[in-house]
Parts: sequence; structure tokens; C-alpha cells
Amino acid sequence: MIRGPLDKEGPDRLYTVTGGRSRADESRFDMVTLIVSESDPTPGMQSEHVKILRMCRRPLSVVEISSYLELPVSVVKILLCDLLDTGRITARHPQPARPGGRLPGPETLKKVLVALQNL
Amino acid sequence: MHSRISDSTASAALPGSTGHAPLRESASNGLKIVIVGGFGVGKTTMVKSVSEIRPLSTEETMTQAGVGIDDASFVQDKTTTTVAFDFGRISLDEQMVLYLFGAPGQERFWFLWDRLFSGTLGAVVLVDTNRLADSWYALDRLEHHGTPFIVARNNFTEPEHSLEDVREALDLSPDVPMIDCDARKRDSSKAVLVALARHLYSLSTGAA
Repeated sequence: MIRGPLDKEGPDRLYTVTGGRSRADESRFDMVTLIVSESDPTPGMQSEHVKILRMCRRPLSVVEISSYLELPVSVVKILLCDLLDTGRITARHPQPARPGGRLPGPETLKKVLVALQNL
Repeated sequence: MHSRISDSTASAALPGSTGHAPLRESASNGLKIVIVGGFGVGKTTMVKSVSEIRPLSTEETMTQAGVGIDDASFVQDKTTTTVAFDFGRISLDEQMVLYLFGAPGQERFWFLWDRLFSGTLGAVVLVDTNRLADSWYALDRLEHHGTPFIVARNNFTEPEHSLEDVREALDLSPDVPMIDCDARKRDSSKAVLVALARHLYSLSTGAA
């Protein structure tokens, strides 16, 4: 399972994509945080930002964006931080599934159960 | 770049093009379930059989030595590794969207779990009766973390042992649900997820 473009391409391309940043406050996003565009791309905008704004006209999870852009999740999170900080996207964060190591409430889990049964 | 995309998803469609099912506008709460198991046990097959999208693949970069530590930088290529994983999606209702992640369960991949799969509702441990040892490490870690899980035996062929034999071989606690399945079949995979959800619900109400 360990394979990937980094080994072949070297990190230069990813370094360029993020403007030299190797990390941001990635914890601002979960893999299943849903991203929604709040504006259209503008001329001169970085192409990855343009793609994200276009694909998130409907809600899309961080992990799906990562897959479609063919960029690692950590790199996508850096790009999303840029867009969030400039108000171009909003983020719908998952309710913490297990605060303090606990399960979500029975109401939520009941909904999950019923929805799966009705699939 | 396509080398990291598994064969079944080589032509993963971009949003808006054929094959992509957009989420509802009202979707707001992403939930996670992890399907863990040894190599080739059928994790991606299960994701594929129940997902509303074609399974996608993505990867995360991290250092093995310093996972979760600030210096996990992807530019330090000598210390960085990439971990690929497949995932699928099920829209549960107007708000809830369930993501299914297929993750390798071997010891050398466990470092990925803490970082990527924190906050999962629970796990399905997919086992192959012929290779039960592949599951031991995952079971141990799930118990250690207190992550709720069920065990699903994937039967590509007729099973030779009873589930109780498997329970004994895995030294599973009696309160861990077990189920037989055929990961290729949607109804069967669905039944596995229902069994996990029922287990989680029971735990939440204290009925288990």
C-alpha cells in the first residue's frame, strides 16, 4: 500500500503547489469535513484553488477533493486553509464522533442504523 | 500520478462528469467507519459493493517516526512515506454522509490510524479464515483504543469452520458481534454495516 507519486516526482511539485509551506494548521479540517464554495474563481488564482472552488459548488469532503486533485490529504488541507482564510469556502465540520472517547448519542446512532437498514 | 489509483478507479470521474453523484446541498455531518483487514481480504470489494460512488483512492503523507508531531513535513522526502487508502460514501439522510475507509490492518500501517481515523464511529474487521493471523494486530489495537468493532468473515468460498471456532481462534470477547458475509454482494455488505450500527446503538444505550 505504500506507494505514490512522491517517490517518483520528488517533493518539488508539492512544494510549489503549497507555495513552499510544508504544513499548516491541518487540524482545522477532518478528512470528512465538507467543503462548500462561497465564491467563483478569479483571474490569476492558483489552478488548484480554482479547481477546488469549481468542484465544491456542491458540498464535497476533504478526502474526495484530495482524490480528485490527486494530491495528498495534507497538501489539500493547506490549500483549503488559504481558501477558508479568505472567505472563499466554508467548512461543515463533522460532529465529534467520540468526544472523550464516547460514542455519539443514541439518537444519532439510531438514525445511522435506520438509514443503513433502508438502503 | 495514476499509479496510486487502484485499477478499479483508474478513471475516477471528476465531479459533474459521468459517474459522480453529488452530495445534497444540505449535507453537513460527515461520519466515518473503517474497514480493516489483511491484504486481499476484500476491504475494497466491500466498499465498492455498498458505496454510492465508485471507490476512490487517495493518500496521505507522513513521517513514520514523528506521526502527529509538527515536523511531519512532506518535503523531508527521506523520512516521509505515503499511505494510500480506498474509500466510498453513503448518503444516510439530508445531513449525514457516511464515509467508508478501507485500511490495512497490519502492524506497520497502524501509525496511520491515530492520525487519519480518529473520530470513527467504529470498525469492521474483515477476516479470511485461512489467514486469521492477519487480524490479530488490528484486533489488539482496536481493543486498546476502545474503538467499537464487529468481525465479519468474508466467504469467497464455503466456510469450513463455525463462527464460534473463529471466535475462539481470535480469542474474541463474547460481546463482539460476528457475522458471515460475501463482500462482493451489496446486501451482504449492507448487513455487515447494519450489524455494526446495531452494535454501536446498543453500546450507546447501555443495552449491550
